[in-house]
Amino acid sequence: MIDKRFIGHALEPFSVAVEPGRLRFFAKATSQPDPVYADEAAAHAAGHRGLPVPPTFLFCLEMDGPNPAAVRELLGLDYRFLLHGEQGFRYHAMAYAGDVLTFAPRIENIWDKKGGMLEFVARVTRVSNQAGAHVADLRFVTVVRHPIGASA
Amino acid sequence: MKAFESLQAGAELPVFEPEPVSRLVLALYCGASGDHNPIHVDTDYARAAGVQDVFAHGMLSMAWLGHVLTRWVPQHAIRSMDVRFAAITRVGERIRCGGRVIEVVEQATERLARVALTCTNEQGELKLEGEALILLPQEAP
Repeated sequence: MIDKRFIGHALEPFSVAVEPGRLRFFAKATSQPDPVYADEAAAHAAGHRGLPVPPTFLFCLEMDGPNPAAVRELLGLDYRFLLHGEQGFRYHAMAYAGDVLTFAPRIENIWDKKGGMLEFVARVTRVSNQAGAHVADLRFVTVVRHPIGASA
Repeated sequence: MKAFESLQAGAELPVFEPEPVSRLVLALYCGASGDHNPIHVDTDYARAAGVQDVFAHGMLSMAWLGHVLTRWVPQHAIRSMDVRFAAITRVGERIRCGGRVIEVVEQATERLARVALTCTNEQGELKLEGEALILLPQEAP
């Protein structure tokens, strides 16, 4: 079982720069139909100060941090048994290419179901921009599957 | 903005239906997202891990649900978006991404729409389900 004393544990915050090339690549990879997300002229014409960070790309930026395995290492989770169970975003302000975003993750909760066969870890990450404005909160829920017979 | 003034529960958002999932799209998403988990792009790795083939990133489908919302309202109107990953999406599947208004909530000076989000394949199998809260544009005074 995952040690529940880690509930509330804050991980080291880190900052990530939003690169316009990555946003264009992401638009292509996700079949983005709206030119606002890949063309600066279209973005400016729509009233944006740059290419907008699309709704789910904050998750990718968090993954660009110095150690995307920080939670797994902290809790001793085996990569092979993990599933991405849920993902949530609360939005407070738009982010744009050129911004430098700071991610402050913490372990929000750890719980289990089915007599410990399934364990869940929720990580909540507060995202703010270079001006200190609150951009979003991300909630990532990992499911740990314990195969029958395997020791947890 | 007329459409938003008369918006009611049950209204359907325009569907987003990308091309069937290809290995190329998974490779592009791997690079663009920064999620380099080999299970999504390396068939040899996937087989060694006990699955028949690579499968799509759940977050690729969630990005498509983001398109459903941003084609309907400006992005800044999205207050929240939450999904649960229900089933794996395989190479070759055609995924239909849609939204349906569950309720329109009037609170203080704001009107908000609660929207149910789904990704399904052609057989109707549920891949992702979730919800978004959308601030509706105000009618002109």
